[in-house]
Amino acid sequence: MLIGAFTGFATAYLTGSLWAGVFAACLIGILAGLLMALMTVYLGVNQHVSGLGITLFCTGLAYYAFRVIFGTPSHPPQITPFDQVNLMGDVAVLGPIFRQYPLTYYAIVLVPVVWVILYRTNFGLKIRAVGENPEAADAAGINVYGVRTVSLMIAGAFMGVAGAFLTLSTLGFFTFDIIAGRGWVCIALVIFANWIPQRVLLGAFIFGGVQALQLRLQLTGVKFPYELFLTLPYVVTIIALTIANRNAAYPAALLKPYKRE
Amino acid sequence: MSKFRIEKAPAPAWVRPAIPVAAVVVTFVITLVFIAWVKVNPLHTYYYFLVAPFTSTVSMIELLVKATPLFLTGAAVAFAFKAGYYNIGAEGQLTAGAIAGAWLGVVLEGSTPWISLPLMIICGFLGGVLWAMVPALLKVKLGVDEVVTTLLMNSIIVYIVSYLLNGPWRDPVSMWPQSPDIDQSAMFFKLIPRSRLHFGFILGLITLAVIWYLINRSGFGLKMRAAGSNAEAARFSGVNVGNTILATALISGGIAGLAGVGEVAGIHFHLIPGLSSNLGYTGIIVATLGALNPIGVGIAALFFGLIETGSLTVSRALGVPVYLGQVVQAALLLVTLGMFVLTNYRLKREG
Repeated sequence: MLIGAFTGFATAYLTGSLWAGVFAACLIGILAGLLMALMTVYLGVNQHVSGLGITLFCTGLAYYAFRVIFGTPSHPPQITPFDQVNLMGDVAVLGPIFRQYPLTYYAIVLVPVVWVILYRTNFGLKIRAVGENPEAADAAGINVYGVRTVSLMIAGAFMGVAGAFLTLSTLGFFTFDIIAGRGWVCIALVIFANWIPQRVLLGAFIFGGVQALQLRLQLTGVKFPYELFLTLPYVVTIIALTIANRNAAYPAALLKPYKRE
Repeated sequence: MSKFRIEKAPAPAWVRPAIPVAAVVVTFVITLVFIAWVKVNPLHTYYYFLVAPFTSTVSMIELLVKATPLFLTGAAVAFAFKAGYYNIGAEGQLTAGAIAGAWLGVVLEGSTPWISLPLMIICGFLGGVLWAMVPALLKVKLGVDEVVTTLLMNSIIVYIVSYLLNGPWRDPVSMWPQSPDIDQSAMFFKLIPRSRLHFGFILGLITLAVIWYLINRSGFGLKMRAAGSNAEAARFSGVNVGNTILATALISGGIAGLAGVGEVAGIHFHLIPGLSSNLGYTGIIVATLGALNPIGVGIAALFFGLIETGSLTVSRALGVPVYLGQVVQAALLLVTLGMFVLTNYRLKREG
C-alpha cells in the first residue's frame, strides 16, 4: 500500500515532534500509523478524511500535552540538540557539505534501503502487489490487511523520526508551528517523484534548496518578494502532478480501501 | 436461548440519526483519559465544557459567533463531497474570499452599506470561486486528483497572504503585518449591539437553506448526486458529469469564500496572517459529522461552536489547556467515521 499511508504521513510527523528521543518519536509514529490502519484498512473509512482527522487529533494532542507538561513558559523549554558530524574534515567545498546532523545521514542512507526493500525483497513485492491489485494479491495468498497495516506502521515510524529531527537536531525546542505543513509537502514530494524512492531524494533536495535559497536572498537584502518564491515548490508539484497524471504512475489501488467479501 | 448474529445488511433506519449522538458519547468517554491526565474532576470539566456556555448570554452569543464560519465552510465541503468532489481546499478558498473582501472593503471607502454589503458578498464569493478554479479545471479536464491539488493551493495562499501583508498591503499607520481597516460601510452589521455576532450568521443560515434546496429539490442536485454516487451510470443516462462537477466545485469554493469575507467584514475588519485558523479543515469535520446533510451541518457547526466556547471556559475555570477542544473535535470525527461503518451491519436474532 505504497502510499495508502498518504495522510498518515503528515499525521505521524506532527506527533513525533514533541517527545524527546528519536525512539519515542518512532514509537508514537507507529501508534499513529496503527490508528490510521484501524480506520482505513479495517474499517474501510475514506482515507482523506480519516487521515485529516488523525492529523488534527495528533496536532491537538501534541499541543495539549505540551501545555500539560510545560505549562505556558515564557521561554520555550530547551534541550541540547544533536551535534553535527563532520565526515570530510576541512576539505574545501566538500567539508561544509558533509557537516550534517546524524539523522540527515540516516535519512539519506534510508533511500537505497527503502528501494532495496521495495524492489528486491519478497516483502516489497507484496507491498507493491497490494498497492496495484489487492484482489489478485489476496487470491495469491497475501494478507492484504496485514501488509497495509505494517506499511502504515513503517511510514508512521519514519514520519515520527522526521518530526523528531526538527526538535532534536535543528532547533532544540518545540514551538507550536514547528511543522508548518511539512507533512503535506512530503505528499506532494512523493507525487512529484512518481513513487520512486531515489527521485524522492532528488525532490527533497530541490524543495530544501528553494527554502535555503530564499533565506539567502533575504539575507542579501535585495528587495524581493521571497514569499512568492516559496510557493514555487507547490506550483511545480501541481504542474508535475498534471504531467505525471498522463503517465499514470500511481499505484493502481491508491486510496482504495479493500474489503474482503 | 436466542443468539445474535451480525450480518451485512443496511442497519435499521433509526440508527443513522442516532450515530452522531452515540459518537459524541463515545468521544467524551475517550477524552476522559486526557482530562484525567491534568488531575481535574472530569465531571467539572464536562460541566464547564457543555453546560457553562449556556449559563451566560455573552458565551451563548460567542457560541453563535464561533459557529458562523463553520456553517459556511461545512456547507462548502458538504456540497462538494455530495458530488464526489473531495474539496480539501476550503481553507485556501476561505482565505481567497478574505483577501477579496479586505481589498474591496478598502476600495469602497465612503460608500453606503446598501451598496457595499451585496458587493462584499459577491466579491468574497468570487474570490473563493477563483481559488477553486485551478484544481476544479485540472480535475475535470485532465483528471488530476483534486485532493492533493486543493491541499497544495491551501499552502500557496498562505505565502500570498504573507507577501501581501509584508509588502504592498502592510498597514501604513501601525506597520503591523495586517492590511488597512476596511471602510465602515463594508463592515457587516451587528445582529446584537456591542457583540461580535454579525450578519454572517444569517448569511450562513441562508446558504445552508439554499444548498439544501439545490441538493434535494433541484434538477442540478439530482445530477450532482448521480455524479457523486456513480459517475459511469450518470454519464450513461445523459448527465454531463464534467460540467456538473465543475459547477459544484466552483460553488463550493464560493461558499468557502463567503466564510472568509464574513471573518474580515464581521470580526477582524482587516486581513491578518492565519486568519482562517483551520476553519476550512474544521469544515470537513463538520460536514462529515452532519452526514453531508445541510441540516446536519448546521447542528454540527453549532455543536462545534459549543466545543470551542466550552474549551475556553474550561481553560479559564480549571486551567485545562484550550487544545482539549481540538482533541475532542478530531476524536469526534474519527469515532463518527468509524461508527458510520456500523450502519452497514445489523444484528440478527437467531433460533
